[in-house]
Amino acid sequence: MGELETTHDSKISEFLIEQEDKSILRFLTCGSVDDGKSTLIGRLLYDTQLLYEDQLATLTRDSKIYGTAGDDIDFALLVDGLEAEREQGITIDVAYRFFSTQKRKFIVADAPGHEEYTRNMATGASTADLAIVLLDVRHGLRTQTKRHSYIASLLGIKNIILAVNKLDLVGFEESQFRRITEDFSQYTREFGFSSVQAIPISARYGDNVVTLSDQTTWYEGPSLLQALEAAHIVEAPVAAAFRFPVQYVCRSNADFRGLAGQVAGGKIRRGETVLVAKSGETSRIKDIVTKDGSLSEAFCGQAITIVLADELDVSRGDMLSSPEEPPCVADQFQAKIIWFDSAPLIPNRSYTMKTENDTVTASITHLKYGIDINTYTRRPARSLARNEVGICNLATQSMLAFDPYKENRSTGNFILIDRHSNATVGAGMIDFALRRSSNVKWQLLEVTKVARARLMGQQPVVMWFTGLSGSGKSTIANSLEKLLHAHGRHTIVLDGDNIRHGLCRDLGFTDGDRVENIRRVTEVSKLMSEAGLITIVSFISPFRSERQFARESFDAGEFIEIYIDTPIEECIRRDPKGLYKRALADEIPNFTGVSSVYEEPLDAEIRLSTKDQNPDVLSRQVFDYLQSKGYLK
Amino acid sequence: MKLTHLEQLEAEAIHILREVAATFTKPVMLYSIGKDSSVMLHLAMKAFYPAKPPFPLLHVDTTWKFREMIAFRDQTVRDLGLELLVHTNPRGLEEDITPYTHGSNFYTHVMKTEALRQALDAHGFDAAFGGARRDEEKSRAKERIFSFRNQKHGWDPKAQRPEMWKTYNTRIAPGESIRVFPLSNWTETDIWQYILKERIPIVSLYFAKMRPVVDREGMMIMVDDDRLPLRLEDSVTERLIRFRTLGCYPLTAAIASDATTLEDVVAETLTTKTSERQGRLIDADESASMEKKKKEGYF
Repeated sequence: MGELETTHDSKISEFLIEQEDKSILRFLTCGSVDDGKSTLIGRLLYDTQLLYEDQLATLTRDSKIYGTAGDDIDFALLVDGLEAEREQGITIDVAYRFFSTQKRKFIVADAPGHEEYTRNMATGASTADLAIVLLDVRHGLRTQTKRHSYIASLLGIKNIILAVNKLDLVGFEESQFRRITEDFSQYTREFGFSSVQAIPISARYGDNVVTLSDQTTWYEGPSLLQALEAAHIVEAPVAAAFRFPVQYVCRSNADFRGLAGQVAGGKIRRGETVLVAKSGETSRIKDIVTKDGSLSEAFCGQAITIVLADELDVSRGDMLSSPEEPPCVADQFQAKIIWFDSAPLIPNRSYTMKTENDTVTASITHLKYGIDINTYTRRPARSLARNEVGICNLATQSMLAFDPYKENRSTGNFILIDRHSNATVGAGMIDFALRRSSNVKWQLLEVTKVARARLMGQQPVVMWFTGLSGSGKSTIANSLEKLLHAHGRHTIVLDGDNIRHGLCRDLGFTDGDRVENIRRVTEVSKLMSEAGLITIVSFISPFRSERQFARESFDAGEFIEIYIDTPIEECIRRDPKGLYKRALADEIPNFTGVSSVYEEPLDAEIRLSTKDQNPDVLSRQVFDYLQSKGYLK
Repeated sequence: MKLTHLEQLEAEAIHILREVAATFTKPVMLYSIGKDSSVMLHLAMKAFYPAKPPFPLLHVDTTWKFREMIAFRDQTVRDLGLELLVHTNPRGLEEDITPYTHGSNFYTHVMKTEALRQALDAHGFDAAFGGARRDEEKSRAKERIFSFRNQKHGWDPKAQRPEMWKTYNTRIAPGESIRVFPLSNWTETDIWQYILKERIPIVSLYFAKMRPVVDREGMMIMVDDDRLPLRLEDSVTERLIRFRTLGCYPLTAAIASDATTLEDVVAETLTTKTSERQGRLIDADESASMEKKKKEGYF
């Protein structure tokens, strides 16, 4: 930027026109801890003269206090932003830096190297067009280099610059550089990179970073900055099929209904026909509205508001597309998932799934296998721990419009969110829709749930008893059924122990099996409810997540949660089946309350304290509740 | 058919603004009257056109803002027909907390951080837009675009949610909130270029004019009203100055400049040798001071 020293208006406009033509390259720097990533970025900022005087002063001062480069400026301090990072000398989170040259603007995502912070590295990689994989010439490919290369490829980065650093420490010797380049291309041959540019550098001394070094006369390629300036930017897929994820419905008055969003693929002209993905209806583009005036056409990347010629039911979560090349619309698909949370992914547990513009409930129906991100090898998996990648089938509760990730990064991605903590627990890249999704249709039945229940003269309802083993669930459930039966009601009790003798005989007591156990009894309860019955479920059901899943499987008011609140000490004292004694002696693993967690309900409709209470009195309370709420009319 | 870098940044910001409107119940836009706020507001007007932005503006008024800023603020909301909420910390008024009597750190904490928390709590806002950029400061460079705040408005830099693609996690529990930064990926140069390109109105303080100043520890402080305590040795001089960044007048240093037009200002920005936050006295204490303030709920 230093070339501009005068303030003539003509110079300014010249400069601005020049700026207009610049493209943005978003790139990631990754690689192993201590291989010098932060130093490299600091060096790039320093050599492209993007440091202000006061920033240099702070840097010089901080170098003396925290620096690891002796009396020299420690460039790494420039990019490590957090207090903890500067103190520990490591990078925890991805930092974004900005610089520009005559040719381009750059947004740099500096990613942390530690495996613990893989989620932050993935964050940086998800928006990058290119990755600089940095490694130390003395160490070659290390675990972190391998992991980062794999994640870059997983997230669809095609362009790689392999920066072989610290050449100064091996006397700028060519053979060492060649060996590492060879290793890298060997290791990443299945990663789908379209270009790999290897460059020998010394970040600390600046060799081949901005300008070519005299020390490496054997090297004939570009400097790192030259390579960045020349790198092919993944063009927004303008040539691809038109995709417009509807993000927001804009109503300025009763007559105006605009669909706001950012074009995610292809282009569209006023007057052209578009398909509404979820309903299959078509309409024409009546207008493309922006505050700067109507557009006759719009293309990938633009944030616009579309007005359709017909009044169709289109809302957030839907997608407009070209009628010839529609996206997939399905509720089952295969995806690669990278897991971020400290609690593992559990198949069949339900998560909130968010695509760029849609939110649904989803679960992993089948975990096919895991991929070790450090060694790129397949292994069988029953769950995914933090930083693991798995190939999974997923099912969503409603239809989703999407594309395979390799065809469109915008419409093929999603994140998974824990339904209680709201943490982002995983991210996914869709491979393809499963055929069963479209092959299995709902058979329309003409006798309805309401009709079946009417014949019995009752209203179906599910009473879900939850509580520790020995808390008294089954006793109270039994007493309640007797009471209802005596009043001429059609009932069924689904008891945890009994169901495990049949339907769930194949399940154990791991977290994963418990989740599946509840999924099955929820489905059975649904069938019982459909049949018109009053269903009493008596299951420990220790996890909030699964109880919520059960609740949401029913209409509002059809599900009543009853927490049998007996303290663990009291359950241990009662110990009707002698199980606590054995669990406490370590003879039963995964025993709820002892070696496996019980998550208390926070909003149960009924809470029963059983201490010194007769089960018949308690069941009467539930009966009275049903009566007072009008369930027994 | 390729977007220029400014068009890309604009589209990204509009997408962020709309995502908040679509997924939160009660968003608000923090409006600080500066150039970044002006750009953010301009983008909001675009994002929801032909409708108005579906959220109010909130100005946390420390009572020490430049008078020209307040006049500009009122004019802007009148012109655009928007709702503006103004909040001042009543405790600060009651105890007469000023940058002079209590020091800039404590003053900032009470009149900005605490005041902001009060206003957010009182209205129950679940998302708040801020005009901060990642190129401004070290800890900002690490912050997510959708930045989670706990029930006490605190930021935990070590436990940020992963933020993948443009697929933002907008889910929170009651009492928690998200700070949203649509200008995260803009640089100071981008802001000025965009103001120039779109002819966005900004406060006149950004343009050079003869103004009364005194010297404070080598910085030029403008005498905006008679509350500025003058010492015996002070001499108030009229100088040709302007501001690169705006805040409370006792804490914001001016620069000598003869840039009177937008073109001049942009030219000056592109050739300058100091970063814009240097004019902010509250950052000078130690380099981690911004991170500390953000953990407490500062924007």
